Amino acid sequence: MVDIAQHIARPEPPQRPERMIEVQAIGAVGDAARPLSIVERLLQYTLVRRLIVVVVLCVLWEAYARYLDNNLLFPTLTETVQALYDALVNGPLIERTVTSLQTLLMGYAAGLALAGIFTTLAVSTRVGTDFLSTLTAMFNPLPAIALLPLALLWFGLGAKSLVFVIIHSVLWAVALNTHSGFTSVSPTLRMAGQNCGLRGVSYVAFLLVPAAFPSILTGLKIGWAFAWRTLIAAELVFGVSSRSGGLGWFIFENRNQLEIPSVFAGLLTVIVIGLVVESVIFRSIENITIRRWGMQS
Amino acid sequence: MPGLETKADARAPLLAVEDVTLQYKTEHHLVTATWRVGFEVYEGERFVLLGPSGCGKSTLLKAVAGFMQPVEGEIRLSGKPIDRPGSDRMMVFQEFDQLLPWKTVLGNVMFPLLVNRRMPRTEAADHARALLAKVNLTRFENVHPHMLSGGMKQRVAIARALAMEPAVLLMDEPFAALDALTRRNMQEELRALWDDVGFTVLFVTHSIEEALLVGSRILVLSPHPGRVKAELNADHLGFSDIGTPAFETLHRRIHDLLFADKVETALATEIHNG
Repeated sequence: MVDIAQHIARPEPPQRPERMIEVQAIGAVGDAARPLSIVERLLQYTLVRRLIVVVVLCVLWEAYARYLDNNLLFPTLTETVQALYDALVNGPLIERTVTSLQTLLMGYAAGLALAGIFTTLAVSTRVGTDFLSTLTAMFNPLPAIALLPLALLWFGLGAKSLVFVIIHSVLWAVALNTHSGFTSVSPTLRMAGQNCGLRGVSYVAFLLVPAAFPSILTGLKIGWAFAWRTLIAAELVFGVSSRSGGLGWFIFENRNQLEIPSVFAGLLTVIVIGLVVESVIFRSIENITIRRWGMQS
Repeated sequence: MPGLETKADARAPLLAVEDVTLQYKTEHHLVTATWRVGFEVYEGERFVLLGPSGCGKSTLLKAVAGFMQPVEGEIRLSGKPIDRPGSDRMMVFQEFDQLLPWKTVLGNVMFPLLVNRRMPRTEAADHARALLAKVNLTRFENVHPHMLSGGMKQRVAIARALAMEPAVLLMDEPFAALDALTRRNMQEELRALWDDVGFTVLFVTHSIEEALLVGSRILVLSPHPGRVKAELNADHLGFSDIGTPAFETLHRRIHDLLFADKVETALATEIHNG
Protein backbone atom coordinates (compact mmCIF):
# COMPACT_ATOMS: atom_id res chain seq x y z
CA MET A 1 0.00 0.00 0.00
CA VAL A 2 1.32 3.42 -0.95
CA ASP A 3 1.58 5.90 1.89
CA ILE A 4 -0.71 8.71 0.72
CA ALA A 5 0.57 11.17 3.29
CA GLN A 6 3.98 11.19 1.58
CA HIS A 7 2.57 12.44 -1.70
CA ILE A 8 0.60 15.36 -0.29
CA ALA A 9 2.49 18.45 0.75
CA ARG A 10 1.28 18.83 4.33
CA PRO A 11 0.93 22.49 5.37
CA GLU A 12 3.17 23.24 8.32
CA PRO A 13 1.51 25.78 10.71
CA PRO A 14 4.02 28.35 11.95
CA GLN A 15 5.13 28.43 15.58
CA ARG A 16 3.65 31.61 17.02
CA PRO A 17 4.09 33.48 20.31
CA GLU A 18 1.20 33.53 22.86
CA ARG A 19 -0.92 36.65 23.29
CA MET A 20 -2.29 38.18 26.50
CA ILE A 21 -4.60 41.18 26.13
CA GLU A 22 -6.25 43.38 28.76
CA VAL A 23 -9.99 43.49 27.95
CA GLN A 24 -11.03 47.07 27.11
CA ALA A 25 -13.91 48.93 28.72
CA ILE A 26 -17.15 48.44 26.78
CA GLY A 27 -17.32 52.15 25.80
CA ALA A 28 -14.44 51.75 23.38
CA VAL A 29 -16.35 49.16 21.34
CA GLY A 30 -18.93 51.72 20.21
CA ASP A 31 -22.60 51.41 19.34
CA ALA A 32 -23.54 47.86 18.35
CA ALA A 33 -27.14 48.76 17.39
CA ARG A 34 -28.81 51.49 15.32
CA PRO A 35 -32.48 52.48 15.47
CA LEU A 36 -34.64 51.24 12.57
CA SER A 37 -36.03 53.72 10.03
CA ILE A 38 -39.77 54.48 9.95
CA VAL A 39 -40.44 52.26 6.91
CA GLU A 40 -38.50 49.39 8.47
CA ARG A 41 -40.46 49.78 11.69
CA LEU A 42 -43.85 49.91 9.90
CA LEU A 43 -43.04 46.76 7.94
CA GLN A 44 -42.45 44.99 11.27
CA TYR A 45 -46.22 45.10 11.84
CA THR A 46 -48.12 42.18 10.31
CA LEU A 47 -51.20 44.38 10.04
CA VAL A 48 -49.38 46.90 7.85
CA ARG A 49 -48.03 44.18 5.57
CA ARG A 50 -51.48 42.60 5.26
CA LEU A 51 -53.11 45.95 4.54
CA ILE A 52 -50.70 46.40 1.65
CA VAL A 53 -51.84 43.05 0.23
CA VAL A 54 -55.50 44.08 0.61
CA VAL A 55 -54.88 47.42 -1.11
CA VAL A 56 -53.14 45.70 -4.03
CA LEU A 57 -56.08 43.27 -4.40
CA CYS A 58 -58.58 46.16 -4.34
CA VAL A 59 -56.69 47.99 -7.07
CA LEU A 60 -56.58 44.83 -9.22
CA TRP A 61 -60.33 44.30 -8.69
CA GLU A 62 -61.21 47.86 -9.67
CA ALA A 63 -58.94 47.79 -12.73
CA TYR A 64 -60.24 44.44 -14.02
CA ALA A 65 -63.92 45.35 -13.45
CA ARG A 66 -63.48 48.62 -15.32
CA TYR A 67 -61.78 46.80 -18.17
CA LEU A 68 -64.63 44.23 -18.28
CA ASP A 69 -67.29 46.95 -17.98
CA ASN A 70 -70.20 44.58 -17.20
CA ASN A 71 -71.75 45.09 -13.79
CA LEU A 72 -74.09 42.13 -14.19
CA LEU A 73 -71.14 39.77 -14.16
CA PHE A 74 -68.47 41.62 -12.21
CA PRO A 75 -69.25 45.02 -10.68
CA THR A 76 -66.45 47.42 -9.80
CA LEU A 77 -65.22 47.92 -6.25
CA THR A 78 -66.76 51.40 -6.11
CA GLU A 79 -70.19 50.06 -7.12
CA THR A 80 -69.90 47.29 -4.56
CA VAL A 81 -68.91 49.71 -1.79
CA GLN A 82 -71.83 51.95 -2.82
CA ALA A 83 -74.21 48.96 -2.62
CA LEU A 84 -72.68 47.95 0.71
CA TYR A 85 -73.22 51.43 2.08
CA ASP A 86 -76.84 51.47 0.89
CA ALA A 87 -77.54 48.05 2.34
CA LEU A 88 -75.94 49.02 5.65
CA VAL A 89 -77.73 52.36 6.03
CA ASN A 90 -81.08 51.84 4.31
CA GLY A 91 -81.21 48.10 3.70
CA PRO A 92 -81.47 45.00 5.85
CA LEU A 93 -77.75 44.10 5.89
CA ILE A 94 -77.09 44.81 9.59
CA GLU A 95 -80.16 42.86 10.66
CA ARG A 96 -79.19 39.95 8.39
CA THR A 97 -75.62 39.95 9.72
CA VAL A 98 -76.80 39.98 13.35
CA THR A 99 -79.14 37.04 12.64
CA SER A 100 -76.28 35.07 11.08
CA LEU A 101 -73.82 35.87 13.86
CA GLN A 102 -76.32 34.92 16.59
CA THR A 103 -76.93 31.51 15.06
CA LEU A 104 -73.21 31.12 14.44
CA LEU A 105 -72.17 31.94 18.01
CA MET A 106 -74.80 29.60 19.47
CA GLY A 107 -73.60 26.71 17.31
CA TYR A 108 -69.92 27.52 17.87
CA ALA A 109 -70.26 27.69 21.66
CA ALA A 110 -72.25 24.46 21.82
CA GLY A 111 -69.72 22.75 19.52
CA LEU A 112 -66.80 23.86 21.71
CA ALA A 113 -68.50 22.69 24.90
CA LEU A 114 -69.16 19.26 23.39
CA ALA A 115 -65.60 19.05 22.05
CA GLY A 116 -64.28 19.88 25.54
CA ILE A 117 -66.33 17.12 27.14
CA PHE A 118 -65.38 14.58 24.45
CA THR A 119 -61.63 15.23 24.65
CA THR A 120 -61.58 15.27 28.46
CA LEU A 121 -63.22 11.83 28.41
CA ALA A 122 -60.83 10.72 25.69
CA VAL A 123 -57.68 11.56 27.69
CA SER A 124 -58.99 10.04 30.91
CA THR A 125 -59.81 6.57 29.60
CA ARG A 126 -58.60 4.32 26.84
CA VAL A 127 -62.15 3.51 25.75
CA GLY A 128 -62.77 7.25 25.51
CA THR A 129 -59.76 7.63 23.21
CA ASP A 130 -60.97 4.86 20.90
CA PHE A 131 -64.50 6.28 20.96
CA LEU A 132 -63.34 9.77 20.00
CA SER A 133 -60.91 8.58 17.32
CA THR A 134 -63.55 6.43 15.66
CA LEU A 135 -66.23 9.12 15.78
CA THR A 136 -63.83 11.74 14.46
CA ALA A 137 -62.69 9.49 11.65
CA MET A 138 -66.32 8.85 10.71
CA PHE A 139 -67.80 12.32 10.96
CA ASN A 140 -64.92 14.70 10.20
CA PRO A 141 -64.98 13.96 6.44
CA LEU A 142 -68.79 14.26 6.32
CA PRO A 143 -69.73 17.76 5.10
CA ALA A 144 -72.05 19.40 7.60
CA ILE A 145 -74.26 20.71 4.82
CA ALA A 146 -75.07 17.12 3.83
CA LEU A 147 -76.84 16.73 7.16
CA LEU A 148 -79.06 19.75 6.59
CA PRO A 149 -81.97 17.90 4.89
CA LEU A 150 -82.04 15.46 7.80
CA ALA A 151 -81.74 18.29 10.34
CA LEU A 152 -84.67 20.07 8.76
CA LEU A 153 -86.68 16.90 9.15
CA TRP A 154 -85.71 16.48 12.81
CA PHE A 155 -85.71 20.06 14.04
CA GLY A 156 -87.92 21.81 11.47
CA LEU A 157 -87.20 24.95 9.53
CA GLY A 158 -85.32 27.59 11.45
CA ALA A 159 -82.43 28.29 13.73
CA LYS A 160 -82.41 24.89 15.46
CA SER A 161 -81.47 23.04 12.28
CA LEU A 162 -78.77 25.59 11.48
CA VAL A 163 -77.31 25.28 15.00
CA PHE A 164 -77.27 21.52 14.61
CA VAL A 165 -75.24 21.56 11.39
CA ILE A 166 -72.90 24.20 12.81
CA ILE A 167 -72.26 22.04 15.88
CA HIS A 168 -71.44 19.18 13.55
CA SER A 169 -68.98 21.28 11.57
CA VAL A 170 -67.23 22.66 14.69
CA LEU A 171 -67.19 19.67 16.99
CA TRP A 172 -65.00 17.23 15.04
CA ALA A 173 -62.43 19.74 13.86
CA VAL A 174 -61.93 21.13 17.37
CA ALA A 175 -61.97 17.73 19.06
CA LEU A 176 -59.45 16.33 16.57
CA ASN A 177 -57.00 19.19 17.04
CA THR A 178 -57.40 19.34 20.80
CA HIS A 179 -56.86 15.63 21.16
CA SER A 180 -53.80 15.57 18.93
CA GLY A 181 -52.50 18.55 20.92
CA PHE A 182 -52.98 16.61 24.16
CA THR A 183 -51.18 13.55 22.85
CA SER A 184 -48.19 15.59 21.71
CA VAL A 185 -47.51 17.16 25.13
CA SER A 186 -43.98 16.10 26.04
CA PRO A 187 -43.59 13.22 28.54
CA THR A 188 -41.31 15.40 30.71
CA LEU A 189 -43.98 18.08 31.05
CA ARG A 190 -46.58 15.44 31.87
CA MET A 191 -44.39 13.94 34.56
CA ALA A 192 -43.52 17.40 35.92
CA GLY A 193 -47.24 18.15 36.20
CA GLN A 194 -48.03 14.90 38.01
CA ASN A 195 -44.99 15.44 40.19
CA CYS A 196 -46.41 18.83 41.22
CA GLY A 197 -49.56 17.03 42.36
CA LEU A 198 -51.93 17.47 39.40
CA ARG A 199 -54.50 14.71 38.98
CA GLY A 200 -57.71 14.10 37.01
CA VAL A 201 -59.60 17.20 35.91
CA SER A 202 -56.99 19.60 37.34
CA TYR A 203 -54.34 17.76 35.28
CA VAL A 204 -56.36 18.38 32.11
CA ALA A 205 -57.24 21.98 32.99
CA PHE A 206 -53.92 23.21 34.36
CA LEU A 207 -51.44 21.14 32.36
CA LEU A 208 -52.82 19.57 29.18
CA VAL A 209 -54.95 22.51 28.02
CA PRO A 210 -52.27 25.22 28.31
CA ALA A 211 -49.55 22.86 27.04
CA ALA A 212 -51.66 21.94 23.99
CA PHE A 213 -52.90 25.48 23.47
CA PRO A 214 -51.22 26.00 20.06
CA SER A 215 -53.13 23.00 18.66
CA ILE A 216 -56.33 23.99 20.43
CA LEU A 217 -56.12 27.46 18.92
CA THR A 218 -55.62 25.96 15.46
CA GLY A 219 -58.71 23.84 16.10
CA LEU A 220 -60.69 26.91 17.17
CA LYS A 221 -59.68 28.74 13.98
CA ILE A 222 -60.53 25.82 11.71
CA GLY A 223 -63.80 25.28 13.60
CA TRP A 224 -64.69 28.95 13.18
CA ALA A 225 -64.03 28.85 9.44
CA PHE A 226 -66.03 25.62 9.03
CA ALA A 227 -68.94 27.03 11.01
CA TRP A 228 -69.00 30.26 9.02
CA ARG A 229 -68.92 28.45 5.68
CA THR A 230 -71.56 25.94 6.73
CA LEU A 231 -73.87 28.68 7.94
CA ILE A 232 -73.67 30.78 4.78
CA ALA A 233 -74.13 27.69 2.60
CA ALA A 234 -77.10 26.51 4.65
CA GLU A 235 -78.72 29.93 4.51
CA LEU A 236 -78.19 30.07 0.75
CA VAL A 237 -80.04 26.81 0.25
CA PHE A 238 -82.70 26.84 2.94
CA GLY A 239 -82.66 30.41 4.22
CA VAL A 240 -85.66 31.12 2.01
CA SER A 241 -87.93 29.20 4.29
CA SER A 242 -86.56 30.72 7.46
CA ARG A 243 -88.58 33.45 9.12
CA SER A 244 -85.75 35.98 9.42
CA GLY A 245 -82.97 35.34 6.95
CA GLY A 246 -79.24 35.74 7.48
CA LEU A 247 -76.39 36.86 5.26
CA GLY A 248 -76.72 33.86 2.96
CA TRP A 249 -80.36 34.72 2.41
CA PHE A 250 -79.35 38.34 1.66
CA ILE A 251 -76.98 37.11 -1.07
CA PHE A 252 -79.56 34.70 -2.49
CA GLU A 253 -82.31 37.31 -2.52
CA ASN A 254 -80.20 39.89 -4.34
CA ARG A 255 -79.03 37.40 -6.93
CA ASN A 256 -82.64 36.61 -7.74
CA GLN A 257 -83.27 40.30 -8.27
CA LEU A 258 -80.06 40.56 -10.34
CA GLU A 259 -78.70 43.16 -7.89
CA ILE A 260 -75.20 41.90 -8.52
CA PRO A 261 -73.37 44.75 -6.70
CA SER A 262 -75.45 43.87 -3.62
CA VAL A 263 -74.49 40.20 -4.02
CA PHE A 264 -70.87 41.33 -3.98
CA ALA A 265 -71.58 43.52 -0.97
CA GLY A 266 -72.94 40.48 0.86
CA LEU A 267 -69.90 38.42 -0.07
CA LEU A 268 -67.65 41.29 0.99
CA THR A 269 -69.39 41.36 4.38
CA VAL A 270 -68.74 37.63 4.81
CA ILE A 271 -65.07 38.18 3.94
CA VAL A 272 -64.67 41.22 6.19
CA ILE A 273 -66.18 39.45 9.19
CA GLY A 274 -63.90 36.47 8.55
CA LEU A 275 -60.86 38.76 8.31
CA VAL A 276 -61.73 40.68 11.46
CA VAL A 277 -62.24 37.51 13.50
CA GLU A 278 -59.01 35.99 12.16
CA SER A 279 -56.71 38.99 12.35
CA VAL A 280 -58.17 40.82 15.35
CA ILE A 281 -59.73 38.28 17.70
CA PHE A 282 -57.62 35.19 17.07
CA ARG A 283 -54.46 37.22 16.61
CA SER A 284 -54.87 38.99 19.94
CA ILE A 285 -55.50 35.67 21.65
CA GLU A 286 -52.29 34.40 20.04
CA ASN A 287 -50.33 37.46 21.13
CA ILE A 288 -51.28 37.22 24.78
CA THR A 289 -50.88 33.44 24.94
CA ILE A 290 -48.69 31.27 22.77
CA ARG A 291 -46.49 34.07 21.43
CA ARG A 292 -45.77 35.39 24.88
CA TRP A 293 -45.07 31.87 26.09
CA GLY A 294 -42.58 31.28 23.29
CA MET A 295 -44.62 28.38 21.87
CA GLN A 296 -44.92 30.11 18.50
CA SER A 297 -42.56 32.63 16.94
CA MET B 1 -15.65 1.72 59.82
CA PRO B 2 -17.79 0.03 62.48
CA GLY B 3 -18.37 3.30 64.39
CA LEU B 4 -20.10 4.91 61.45
CA GLU B 5 -22.26 1.85 60.81
CA THR B 6 -23.77 1.83 64.29
CA LYS B 7 -24.40 5.56 64.10
CA ALA B 8 -26.31 5.16 60.85
CA ASP B 9 -28.24 2.19 62.19
CA ALA B 10 -29.49 4.22 65.13
CA ARG B 11 -31.69 6.21 62.76
CA ALA B 12 -34.24 4.74 60.37
CA PRO B 13 -33.50 5.29 56.69
CA LEU B 14 -35.58 7.99 54.99
CA LEU B 15 -35.83 6.08 51.74
CA ALA B 16 -35.55 2.32 51.54
CA VAL B 17 -35.27 0.53 48.21
CA GLU B 18 -35.53 -3.20 48.79
CA ASP B 19 -34.56 -5.72 46.10
CA VAL B 20 -36.37 -3.77 43.44
CA THR B 21 -36.77 -5.25 39.97
CA LEU B 22 -38.11 -2.88 37.35
CA GLN B 23 -39.42 -3.79 33.93
CA TYR B 24 -40.95 -1.76 31.17
CA LYS B 25 -42.42 -2.62 27.80
CA THR B 26 -41.15 -1.30 24.49
CA GLU B 27 -42.88 -2.05 21.22
CA HIS B 28 -41.21 -5.43 20.83
CA HIS B 29 -39.59 -6.30 24.15
CA LEU B 30 -40.12 -6.51 27.86
CA VAL B 31 -36.98 -4.84 29.17
CA THR B 32 -35.64 -5.50 32.64
CA ALA B 33 -34.14 -2.19 33.71
CA THR B 34 -32.91 -3.16 37.19
CA TRP B 35 -32.64 -6.50 38.91
CA ARG B 36 -32.98 -6.74 42.70
CA VAL B 37 -31.40 -3.42 43.46
CA GLY B 38 -31.37 -2.38 47.09
CA PHE B 39 -30.06 0.69 48.93
CA GLU B 40 -30.98 3.04 51.72
CA VAL B 41 -30.87 6.81 51.81
CA TYR B 42 -30.61 8.65 55.12
CA GLU B 43 -31.78 12.17 55.83
CA GLY B 44 -29.30 14.82 54.75
CA GLU B 45 -27.42 12.53 52.37
CA ARG B 46 -26.44 13.36 48.81
CA PHE B 47 -26.97 9.92 47.36
CA VAL B 48 -25.75 9.38 43.81
CA LEU B 49 -26.82 6.62 41.42
CA LEU B 50 -23.91 6.21 39.03
CA GLY B 51 -23.64 3.94 36.04
CA PRO B 52 -23.36 3.73 32.27
CA SER B 53 -26.41 4.14 30.06
CA GLY B 54 -28.62 1.09 30.31
CA CYS B 55 -28.03 0.50 34.01
CA GLY B 56 -31.59 1.56 34.83
CA LYS B 57 -30.63 4.47 37.06
CA SER B 58 -33.20 6.84 35.53
CA THR B 59 -35.87 4.14 35.66
CA LEU B 60 -35.01 3.61 39.33
CA LEU B 61 -35.49 7.33 39.96
CA LYS B 62 -38.83 7.25 38.14
CA ALA B 63 -39.93 4.39 40.37
CA VAL B 64 -38.96 6.38 43.47
CA ALA B 65 -40.93 9.32 42.02
CA GLY B 66 -43.92 6.98 41.70
CA PHE B 67 -44.23 6.97 37.91
CA MET B 68 -43.83 3.20 37.76
CA GLN B 69 -44.30 0.26 40.12
CA PRO B 70 -41.62 -2.38 40.77
CA VAL B 71 -42.51 -5.91 39.65
CA GLU B 72 -40.57 -7.23 42.61
CA GLY B 73 -39.44 -5.62 45.85
CA GLU B 74 -40.63 -2.44 47.50
CA ILE B 75 -39.74 1.23 47.78
CA ARG B 76 -40.63 2.96 51.06
CA LEU B 77 -40.38 6.59 52.01
CA SER B 78 -40.35 7.08 55.80
CA GLY B 79 -41.75 3.56 56.10
CA LYS B 80 -44.67 4.15 53.72
CA PRO B 81 -44.72 2.30 50.37
CA ILE B 82 -44.67 4.55 47.31
CA ASP B 83 -47.65 4.02 45.02
CA ARG B 84 -48.13 7.27 43.07
CA PRO B 85 -46.34 10.50 42.10
CA GLY B 86 -46.36 13.09 44.83
CA SER B 87 -44.93 16.44 45.76
CA ASP B 88 -43.03 14.99 48.74
CA ARG B 89 -40.61 13.70 46.09
CA MET B 90 -40.08 16.68 43.81
CA MET B 91 -38.10 15.85 40.71
CA VAL B 92 -35.72 17.87 38.58
CA PHE B 93 -35.50 16.45 35.06
CA GLN B 94 -32.69 16.61 32.53
CA GLU B 95 -34.90 18.17 29.85
CA PHE B 96 -35.39 21.92 29.82
CA ASP B 97 -39.08 21.59 28.90
CA GLN B 98 -39.98 20.58 32.44
CA LEU B 99 -40.96 24.20 33.16
CA LEU B 100 -44.47 25.34 32.29
CA PRO B 101 -43.96 27.71 29.33
CA TRP B 102 -47.19 29.59 30.05
CA LYS B 103 -46.08 30.63 33.53
CA THR B 104 -43.43 33.16 34.47
CA VAL B 105 -40.40 32.07 36.48
CA LEU B 106 -42.18 33.12 39.68
CA GLY B 107 -45.39 31.39 38.54
CA ASN B 108 -43.47 28.18 37.92
CA VAL B 109 -41.95 28.18 41.40
CA MET B 110 -45.33 28.99 42.99
CA PHE B 111 -47.20 26.41 40.90
CA PRO B 112 -46.79 23.28 43.08
CA LEU B 113 -47.39 25.34 46.23
CA LEU B 114 -50.74 26.50 44.88
CA VAL B 115 -51.75 23.15 43.36
CA ASN B 116 -51.22 21.47 46.73
CA ARG B 117 -52.85 24.38 48.61
CA ARG B 118 -49.73 24.54 50.77
CA MET B 119 -50.15 28.26 51.50
CA PRO B 120 -52.16 31.29 50.33
CA ARG B 121 -51.10 33.04 47.12
CA THR B 122 -49.27 36.02 48.66
CA GLU B 123 -47.37 33.81 51.07
CA ALA B 124 -46.49 31.41 48.23
CA ALA B 125 -45.15 34.34 46.20
CA ASP B 126 -42.93 35.44 49.10
CA HIS B 127 -41.70 31.89 49.63
CA ALA B 128 -41.00 31.49 45.90
CA ARG B 129 -39.10 34.81 45.80
CA ALA B 130 -36.94 33.70 48.70
CA LEU B 131 -35.98 30.54 46.80
CA LEU B 132 -35.36 32.44 43.56
CA ALA B 133 -32.98 34.64 45.54
CA LYS B 134 -31.13 31.52 46.66
CA VAL B 135 -30.60 30.41 43.05
CA ASN B 136 -29.72 33.99 41.97
CA LEU B 137 -32.71 34.52 39.69
CA THR B 138 -34.44 37.41 41.46
CA ARG B 139 -34.08 39.68 38.43
CA PHE B 140 -35.85 37.17 36.18
CA GLU B 141 -38.98 36.43 38.21
CA ASN B 142 -41.37 37.98 35.66
CA VAL B 143 -39.75 36.41 32.60
CA HIS B 144 -41.23 33.43 30.75
CA PRO B 145 -39.02 30.31 30.60
CA HIS B 146 -38.31 30.52 26.85
CA MET B 147 -36.25 33.66 27.48
CA LEU B 148 -33.88 31.84 29.85
CA SER B 149 -30.67 29.95 29.15
CA GLY B 150 -30.43 26.23 29.89
CA GLY B 151 -28.63 26.73 33.19
CA MET B 152 -31.19 29.28 34.34
CA LYS B 153 -34.05 26.93 33.47
CA GLN B 154 -32.48 24.20 35.58
CA ARG B 155 -32.06 26.66 38.46
CA VAL B 156 -35.77 27.52 38.22
CA ALA B 157 -36.60 23.79 38.29
CA ILE B 158 -34.42 23.34 41.39
CA ALA B 159 -36.07 26.33 43.08
CA ARG B 160 -39.52 24.96 42.20
CA ALA B 161 -38.64 21.57 43.66
CA LEU B 162 -37.09 23.01 46.84
CA ALA B 163 -40.06 25.35 47.38
CA MET B 164 -42.14 22.30 48.24
CA GLU B 165 -39.58 21.28 50.88
CA PRO B 166 -39.71 17.66 49.66
CA ALA B 167 -38.66 14.78 51.88
CA VAL B 168 -36.22 13.83 49.14
CA LEU B 169 -35.20 15.82 46.08
CA LEU B 170 -34.87 13.66 42.97
CA MET B 171 -32.49 14.81 40.24
CA ASP B 172 -32.31 12.96 36.92
CA GLU B 173 -29.04 14.03 35.27
CA PRO B 174 -30.09 17.66 35.76
CA PHE B 175 -26.87 19.12 34.36
CA ALA B 176 -26.22 16.66 31.52
CA ALA B 177 -27.66 18.92 28.81
CA LEU B 178 -25.60 21.94 29.90
CA ASP B 179 -22.27 23.07 28.48
CA ALA B 180 -19.21 22.09 30.50
CA LEU B 181 -18.57 25.49 32.09
CA THR B 182 -22.22 25.97 33.16
CA ARG B 183 -22.31 22.40 34.43
CA ARG B 184 -19.36 23.02 36.76
CA ASN B 185 -21.01 26.23 38.02
CA MET B 186 -24.27 24.41 38.68
CA GLN B 187 -22.52 21.61 40.56
CA GLU B 188 -20.87 24.17 42.83
CA GLU B 189 -24.16 26.03 43.30
CA LEU B 190 -25.94 22.81 44.20
CA ARG B 191 -23.30 22.05 46.86
CA ALA B 192 -23.60 25.61 48.20
CA LEU B 193 -27.40 25.30 48.25
CA TRP B 194 -27.13 22.03 50.14
CA ASP B 195 -24.82 23.65 52.70
CA ASP B 196 -27.35 26.48 53.00
CA VAL B 197 -30.72 24.68 52.99
CA GLY B 198 -29.75 21.13 53.93
CA PHE B 199 -32.00 18.83 51.90
CA THR B 200 -31.79 15.13 51.05
CA VAL B 201 -31.07 14.46 47.41
CA LEU B 202 -31.07 11.39 45.20
CA PHE B 203 -28.98 12.27 42.17
CA VAL B 204 -28.58 10.31 38.94
CA THR B 205 -25.52 10.81 36.75
CA HIS B 206 -23.24 8.97 34.36
CA SER B 207 -20.24 11.18 35.11
CA ILE B 208 -17.79 9.83 37.70
CA GLU B 209 -16.46 13.31 38.36
CA GLU B 210 -19.93 14.72 38.94
CA ALA B 211 -20.73 11.86 41.29
CA LEU B 212 -17.58 12.59 43.31
CA LEU B 213 -18.23 16.33 43.44
CA VAL B 214 -21.96 16.24 44.16
CA GLY B 215 -22.38 13.05 46.15
CA SER B 216 -21.73 12.04 49.74
CA ARG B 217 -22.44 8.39 48.96
CA ILE B 218 -22.25 6.74 45.55
CA LEU B 219 -24.09 3.64 44.37
CA VAL B 220 -22.27 2.13 41.39
CA LEU B 221 -24.54 0.15 39.04
CA SER B 222 -23.70 -2.28 36.26
CA PRO B 223 -25.72 -2.33 33.03
CA HIS B 224 -28.19 -4.70 31.31
CA PRO B 225 -29.95 -5.09 33.70
CA GLY B 226 -28.92 -2.70 36.46
CA ARG B 227 -27.41 -4.39 39.49
CA VAL B 228 -25.57 -2.92 42.46
CA LYS B 229 -21.79 -3.14 42.11
CA ALA B 230 -20.59 -1.06 45.00
CA GLU B 231 -21.64 1.60 47.47
CA LEU B 232 -18.88 4.08 48.21
CA ASN B 233 -18.35 7.12 50.43
CA ALA B 234 -17.38 10.41 48.82
CA ASP B 235 -18.36 12.87 51.54
CA HIS B 236 -14.73 13.83 52.14
CA LEU B 237 -14.31 15.07 48.55
CA GLY B 238 -15.18 18.51 47.22
CA PHE B 239 -14.18 21.00 44.54
CA SER B 240 -10.87 21.81 46.24
CA ASP B 241 -9.91 18.15 46.01
CA ILE B 242 -9.90 17.91 42.21
CA GLY B 243 -6.51 16.62 41.17
CA THR B 244 -5.53 15.43 44.66
CA PRO B 245 -4.46 11.80 45.11
CA ALA B 246 -7.57 11.00 47.22
CA PHE B 247 -9.86 12.25 44.44
CA GLU B 248 -7.93 10.52 41.67
CA THR B 249 -7.77 7.22 43.58
CA LEU B 250 -11.52 7.05 44.09
CA HIS B 251 -12.06 8.21 40.50
CA ARG B 252 -9.81 5.40 39.27
CA ARG B 253 -11.52 2.86 41.54
CA ILE B 254 -14.97 3.71 40.19
CA HIS B 255 -13.61 3.85 36.63
CA ASP B 256 -12.22 0.33 37.02
CA LEU B 257 -15.51 -0.88 38.52
CA LEU B 258 -17.47 0.48 35.58
CA PHE B 259 -15.11 -0.62 32.85
CA ALA B 260 -14.47 -4.08 34.32
CA ASP B 261 -17.92 -4.84 32.90
CA LYS B 262 -16.78 -4.12 29.41
CA VAL B 263 -13.93 -6.61 29.66
CA GLU B 264 -16.29 -9.20 31.14
CA THR B 265 -18.93 -8.73 28.48
CA ALA B 266 -16.31 -8.66 25.73
CA LEU B 267 -14.80 -11.85 27.10
CA ALA B 268 -18.21 -13.44 27.45
CA THR B 269 -19.14 -12.69 23.84
CA GLU B 270 -15.75 -13.93 22.69
CA ILE B 271 -16.13 -17.19 24.56
CA HIS B 272 -19.69 -17.47 23.38
CA ASN B 273 -18.70 -16.95 19.75
CA GLY B 274 -15.57 -19.07 20.00
